[in-house]
Formats: sequence, structure tokens, C-alpha cells
Amino acid sequence: MARAVSTRTRLVFTLIGWLVGFLIFFPILWTVLTSFKSEGTAIATPPQFLFFQWTAENYIEVNSRSDYLKHFMNSVVISLGSTLLGLVIAIPAAWAMAFAPTKRTKDVLLWMLSTKMLPAVGVLVPIYLLFRDAGLLDTRIGLTFVLTMANLPIIVWMLYTYFREIPGDILEAARMDGASLAKEIIYVLTPMAVPGIASTLLLNIILAWNEAFWTLNLTAAKAAPLTAFIASYSSPEGLFWAKLSAASTLAIAPILILGWFSQRQLVRGLTFGAVK
Amino acid sequence: MRAKLLALMTCSAMTIAATAQAETLTIATVNNGDMIRMQKLAGAFTEQHPDIELEWVTLEENVLRQRVTTDIATKGGQYDIMTIGTYEVPIWAGQEWLVPLDFEADYDVDDLLPAIRAGLSVDETLYAAPFYGESSFVMYRKDLFEEAGLEMPEAPTWDFIGEAARKITDKDNEVYGICLRGKAGWGENMAFLSAMANSFGARWFDMEWKPQFDQPEWKDALQFYIDLMNDAGPPGASSNGFNENLALFQTGKCGMWIDATVAASFVSNPDESQVADDVGFALAPDKGLGKRGNWLWAWSLAIPAGSQKTEAAKTFIAWATSKAYSELVAEEEGWANVPPGTRTSLYENPSYQEAAPFAELTLKSIQAADPTSPTVEEVPYVGVQFVAIPEFQGIGTAVGQQFSAALAGQASVDQALSNAQALTEREMQKAGYPK
Amino acid sequence: MATLQTRASARLMMTPAVVLLLLWMAVPLAMTLYFSMLRYNLLMPGMEEWAGFLNYRFFLTDPAFFTGLLNTLLLVGGVLVISVGGGILMALLLDQPFFGQGIVRLMVIAPFFVMPTVSALVWKNMLMHPVNGLFAWIARTFGLQPMDWFGEAPLFSIVLIVSWQWLPFATLILLTALQSLDTEQKEAAEMDGAGAISRFVYIVLPHMARAITVVVLIETIFLLSVFAEILVTTNGGPGVQTTTVTYLVYVQALLQFDVGGASAGGIVAVVLANIVAIFLIRLIGKNLE
Repeated sequence: MARAVSTRTRLVFTLIGWLVGFLIFFPILWTVLTSFKSEGTAIATPPQFLFFQWTAENYIEVNSRSDYLKHFMNSVVISLGSTLLGLVIAIPAAWAMAFAPTKRTKDVLLWMLSTKMLPAVGVLVPIYLLFRDAGLLDTRIGLTFVLTMANLPIIVWMLYTYFREIPGDILEAARMDGASLAKEIIYVLTPMAVPGIASTLLLNIILAWNEAFWTLNLTAAKAAPLTAFIASYSSPEGLFWAKLSAASTLAIAPILILGWFSQRQLVRGLTFGAVK
Repeated sequence: MRAKLLALMTCSAMTIAATAQAETLTIATVNNGDMIRMQKLAGAFTEQHPDIELEWVTLEENVLRQRVTTDIATKGGQYDIMTIGTYEVPIWAGQEWLVPLDFEADYDVDDLLPAIRAGLSVDETLYAAPFYGESSFVMYRKDLFEEAGLEMPEAPTWDFIGEAARKITDKDNEVYGICLRGKAGWGENMAFLSAMANSFGARWFDMEWKPQFDQPEWKDALQFYIDLMNDAGPPGASSNGFNENLALFQTGKCGMWIDATVAASFVSNPDESQVADDVGFALAPDKGLGKRGNWLWAWSLAIPAGSQKTEAAKTFIAWATSKAYSELVAEEEGWANVPPGTRTSLYENPSYQEAAPFAELTLKSIQAADPTSPTVEEVPYVGVQFVAIPEFQGIGTAVGQQFSAALAGQASVDQALSNAQALTEREMQKAGYPK
Repeated sequence: MATLQTRASARLMMTPAVVLLLLWMAVPLAMTLYFSMLRYNLLMPGMEEWAGFLNYRFFLTDPAFFTGLLNTLLLVGGVLVISVGGGILMALLLDQPFFGQGIVRLMVIAPFFVMPTVSALVWKNMLMHPVNGLFAWIARTFGLQPMDWFGEAPLFSIVLIVSWQWLPFATLILLTALQSLDTEQKEAAEMDGAGAISRFVYIVLPHMARAITVVVLIETIFLLSVFAEILVTTNGGPGVQTTTVTYLVYVQALLQFDVGGASAGGIVAVVLANIVAIFLIRLIGKNLE
């Protein structure tokens, strides 16, 4: 029983684990606490931890000032839409790379990743001009497209590494049975790759949810997601900590809850082929 | 049953008709308190004008500026009304990007404060209507001054400010004589420093557009600022902007603070400020050269030239910047919350004078600033705490970085100035000056 | 085998992804290349003229450029070291059985979900501020002089904030890799009398090498474009201590609205990023096989 752990060791690790976890989580906890303070209390020194006048006024203010639901829905549509669209485009590509690799497969993959290295801010004007002419400014479709393209390399790569772990024989067997390529991918490959696809999906929803350059610069009133909601509370003239904290809490909460609930799925497929 | 259905149908038909007629104005604005209030009170406008609907895009200043500038310059057409400042108006109007504003007689355009109106006009034509205006002045703690046996004159000199700040400073008890902006940025430390430098007789450019950081006036101004902040400023000053200093002042850490006049209503509001009862105000300091170190800014509403909804947009702007709007705010939220700094009539109003103890000094500060002649000597540019040329945001920020390095003690004053001179010369050469 | 057919269909399957990415990359890139040769400021329409390599000359001879390059490398390198090093420790810790492990794991991954601007604002003003911040209060409670984070160690402060955001990502991937390690292998080593440290160095670390490579590669891609954190906290100052190449491009694009200069800067940044990528792949590429 080499793996048996004494209670004492377990207690020590419990202590260290909780301490470290608490420290890392603290800034978020602090934000949430601040969201229940008045603006005056939020900047008080010495800082007040739990024993202050708890108030919901910031949440009331934030709700009366902006349409949270609209921004929330835009965030959901854009991040989910871009990820799903990305998966539809990426699954065939990843299949091809994993099961019919050529000499250039790796180059193609690295080239795809390198498209992410062009600094977004350097191409803002070209994209803005293209979007203006295509009538895509401030539309969910336009933003969904941009985020799909921004995240596609990561999606392809994650899927490729996951697919490579799947034995090719099974697919071949299906092919022998006369399954068409589409059927092979939809009915044989996809079910086997569910964990990989699930974690790709989750990771990319998170990345799209937090994307704050394109979502801020290509939208105005209609398609603005939660990043724009936050930007309307940060750094006005005057105190804003409590209100910004409330807005941030509202913006982070959905994705945090999603992340927490799907933690296992997220982790299971997050191997990038790192597990053999 | 049928009658009901019929009623419902006519009803919905009417709504459709109504919405079909309604024009939607998309308004881009800053997330400052006065604009938030305008958004809240806009129901009164849509009631009067059922054919106009309003859609708001409220953003923090920097993001807003990026967005509206990109949009107007590429003719993106996403906004019908834009909130812009005195920096943008002369540049944009020069490009014919803005619709000239002419209002009905009852708008009383002559009631606008002359300094503000001048800042928003090009060749006597008004291109943006001021929503609120501000200058800068000294806010100080009467209790600390009394303790130290000092008395703040209404129009202090820099020498007095320096002396008082050092006297009040009590670092052990976290009381710092003076809090000033230090975070790099054209709208951050450079807004303060450019205005301060004006009172020292310094200027950004001479009449040939040659940068002036190699002149003794700049050296005097910057040296004074650095020494003062080292002796009497708070730690971390090189990353403090308006909000950081506001928080410091409100929690009783600063003896004095020289910043925007709008801060007066925050620091004297007992709900937010621990020192609300002890705040006094004075004009921005001078050096006896005839100019004070205060700036001028007005957040204003303008209509981009491409807009299809010019008439509706004008109607809204006339409403939001009218005397009637001031009265509406006064009625709903009290006179102290009326947007300041735009109209003479407001400062003549006894109820306002009573509700806002800082009103008179705000007015005097605004009147003391002249965007067309900001400093002692002649300059080729418009603007008090900025230079209204497109290149200024970048240059101002880069110079601001140099000065914040001097404040953080990582460069000497001479180094910072010679770097500033070199980089400004470079950028101006790149931009093709002198034109 | 049906290789010929498979090859053909493979090419077909990859087409959408490749073509779309090619368009996404080529069209803006071509426009950017073209703009980079123009004197083109958004705020001065109608003044566009051919400028040749003038924009490149100005961008590359900018006195801040060299520092910017160095700062970019320091920022990326610093964050990688902290997040990967911290990630390994966190993964080892979370791999141990202890009470409430699930909750601790949730707390550790949480920073990944916070938007960059928010975390920068929170860190700067609520935690690191030398007068009103929590750290200053803690320091004073212990009778120490509070640290002026953004004055004394501006780049390090930004590295710290960004590391906090990326630590969870590293932890997650490394933990997954660690948990896939054969327990039998570890036990066998234990039987042979290998100590904890040699077990870590000879068994655990090699096993995680590939996962570390992945973390380094993905984080580098994202870290090269970090600028929101800099903008919110220091605006590139004091001096040019926190100015990175991306920040320089930002200044050209969204402060100067100098499309020509920003385009030139963008192209320079792409070239540099690709050099980094090639270097990186040379260095660790074997792990990706």
C-alpha cells in the first residue's frame, strides 16, 4: 500500500491547498465583496472585509442603467455561435490532418497558429473598412465570423491532437463496411471524440467570451456583448469601484458557473495530445 | 370577444405605424455621472417626441474616443450623435466631418460661456453643443490649513502652494501635502503639466512648430513639479490619474489637489467623501506671468456629417444642452447636479449658487482659460492643455511617459526633457511640420 | 488501400478551414502591407500619398522600439516562467488527495474567466495601490514600507497580473498530464528507493514535457498581443519601461490614428512573432511530434 497517505500528510496538504487556493481566488472574492459595498466603503482604509453595511444598490443601479440581458444574450450568441461554426469547419480539417497526414501537415498547422500572431490592433482599420462595406459593423453575424476566425487555429489544433489518439483502424473498418466519409466522421469519429470536442468547445467559449478587442471595436448598440457592458462602468470621472465590481461580477458569473460545472469535461479533453 | 380582438388589432396596427415612423438615434457617450443622468432623464425627451427613439452606447472615455474616431474617419455611420471634447472639435470640423449647429432663438446660443463657445467653434460657427464644461482649480483641506496656521488666498501662487504643501505633509500619518496627476498619458499627467507649464511661460511649440522642451521655462516647470511631488506627494504618484487622486483626497490623504472642477461635487459629497465638510477651493496657481495653470475642457454633443437623421439629432442636442434641461435636472435631482460650466445663466441663478459653493470659482477658472492664447507667448496652435493637431495624442502620451519616469525617479529632469524634445521633433518631422 | 481517394477527400475536408484562414490572413495582410507603404492618417483624409519604406524607418528607429522589443520578450518570458513553474507546483499540489480538493481546484481555475481589463483594474487599484491598496495595508500592519508597485517595478507588476490570469490554464493542462501518469511506474520507482525529488526529475517531469510545450506555445501566442493590461495600469510608462511592441502599434493605430505607421508596426510585429515561433519550434518542436 504505497499510495496510502497518512492522515497527517493529508491534513498538511489540505492546509497548503486551501491557503494557495484562497490566495489565487482572493482578487475575485474581493471584487464580489466590493460589489456589495457603497462607493465610500469600497475605498475605505483600513479595508473592510465582511463587517460592513451590505447593500445591493450597485446591482440595482447597474440594472437600471444598462440592459444586462441584451449584452448577455449577445455574448452567448457570439461565443457559442463562433465556437460551433468553428467546430463545423475544424472537424473535417482535423480529421484530414490526423488520418491522412502528408509531409506538409505540420507546416499547415503551424501556419494556422501563426495567423493568430498578427496583432489585432494593427489590422483594425482594414477590417473596419471591410466590415463597413459589407454592412457587418455592429452585427452579431459579423462578430461571430471574426471570433470564429480568431479561434479557428486553436480549435483545429486541439481537435487534431485529440483525433490522433484515436486508432485509425476503427475508422477504416467503418469505411470497409461501406460508410461514406461524411457518415464516418459523423457516426464513428465524432462519438469517439466527444471528450475532446467538449473541452475544445468549452475552452473556446471561454476565450470568445473574454475577447475584448474585436467585440469592443466592431460593435455599437445592437451587437455589443458583455465586454462593452463592462467598458461602460470602468474609469468614469468619480468613484466607480463598487459599481464596476457589480458589473464585473455579473459579466463573469455566467462563464464562471459554466466553467465550474463543466470542469471535468474541460479537463478530460484538454490533453493536446499530451497524454500517451 | 370580437370587439376585443378588433381593438387589439387596431392597437397593434397603430404601434406598427408608430414604430415605422419613429427614427432611432444612436448616441455614443462617456460614462461620466452627468451623461448617465441624461440617459436616465431622456424619457422626458421621448415623451415630447414620440417619433424619436434613443439608443445609448455608453463607454469609458478612452474606448469611446477610439470608437467614435475610427467611425467618423472611415465614415462607418454607426452613430447619429457623438460625445466629443474640445480636442476633437477643431480637428474634425476642419475636415468637415461635423454638421454645423444652428439653433432656434429660444436656445439662446449667446448664453453659452464665451471661452467654451470659442473652443467649440471654427470661424465663428458652432460645431458641437457643450453638455458640460470644466476647468481645473485647487481643492484643499481647510482643517489642515488651519492646523498649520496657513491661509489659502483665492488666487495662490505656485510658491505659496509649494510652501504650504511641504508644511502640511505628515508622512507618518499618511497625509501628503499635494496630490497631482502622474500617470503617463496626454489626457492624464500631460493635461495637468501642459496647463501648469503655461503658467510658467512654457509652450509646446513656437510659431515655427519647433518643440520647446529645450527652453528654460519647461525646465523650471518640470523641476518644480518633481521637487514638489518628491517632498510632499503621495507614494506611487507616477501611476496616479484623476480617479486615484480622487480616492486619495476623499479618504483624507491629500492636503491639496489640483484637478478638474467637476471633482468639486465629488469631494464635497458626504456620501462619498470623508472630508466633505472641510473642503475649500481656490483658483489654479500662477507665477506672476499673467497666466494661471488651469485648463479648459467641454464634453459636447456633435452630429457626424454623414448622418441621415440630422434633424432629429439636432432636436435632441438642443434639448440636452438647453436651459430647460438644467431645470429638469434641478427639479429631479437638485441644483447641485446640474451639468456645470456651459451657460452664463446658470451661474447667475441664486439657487445654483447656493447649492454649489464652488460655482463662482468654477466660473472664474473657466473664464481664465483661453484656448486660442493659452500661454504667455504666442503659439501656432489651439488648446490649453493639449495641442489640437491629430498627432498630439501620440506625442502627448510619449512625452507623458518621459515625465512620469522623472517622477518615478528613473530619469533626471534634464534627461526627461531632452528625450521629450527629441521624440517630439521626430514625430513632427514624420508628420511633415512645419506645414 | 483507398489512400488515393482518402488523400483527395482529405484535401477537400481541409479546404474550408485553409481557405477561410487564408482569406482571413491574406486579405487584411495585403491591405496592411499596402497601407504600410502609404502616408495615411485617418484624421487627415485626402492626404494619402506613397511613402515607400518611410513608415518602417520611423517605426524601427523609434527610440522606444528596442526597449519595446526587450520588454515584449521579458513580459512573455516572465509570464511563461511564472505560470509554467507555478502551474507545475499547483498541478503537483492538486494531484495530492486532500479534503475539499474539488473546491480548491475551482478556486484555482477561476482567474481564467476574468476579462483582462477588469483584472488589471482590480489589481492596480484595489490590491497594489501603495496608499489605498490591500497590499499596502498588509505591509503597514506589519510595520513595513508599502511598495510602490508600478513606480518601482512596473514591468514586473504587469507580469504578475498577466501570470495570475494564465496560471489556471497552465495548471489545468499540466494537471491533466500528471494524472495520466501511470501509478504503477511511480510505485515501481518508489520500490527502487527513488526519493521524491529524483522521482519528480526523472519520471514526472519528462512525462509532462509535452504538456509544458503545449502551454508554452499557446500562451506565447496570446501573450504576444497583450496590451489591455498595460493600457489600464501604466500607459507604457514610466519612461518606456512597460512599452511593448504591441503597445507601440496600439499608439500608432488608436492614439495617432496613423494607419500607415500602425500597418508598418503590425508587419514588423508579425515578422518578429514568426521569428519567435520558429525559434520556439526549433527549441521544443520535438515534443510536438
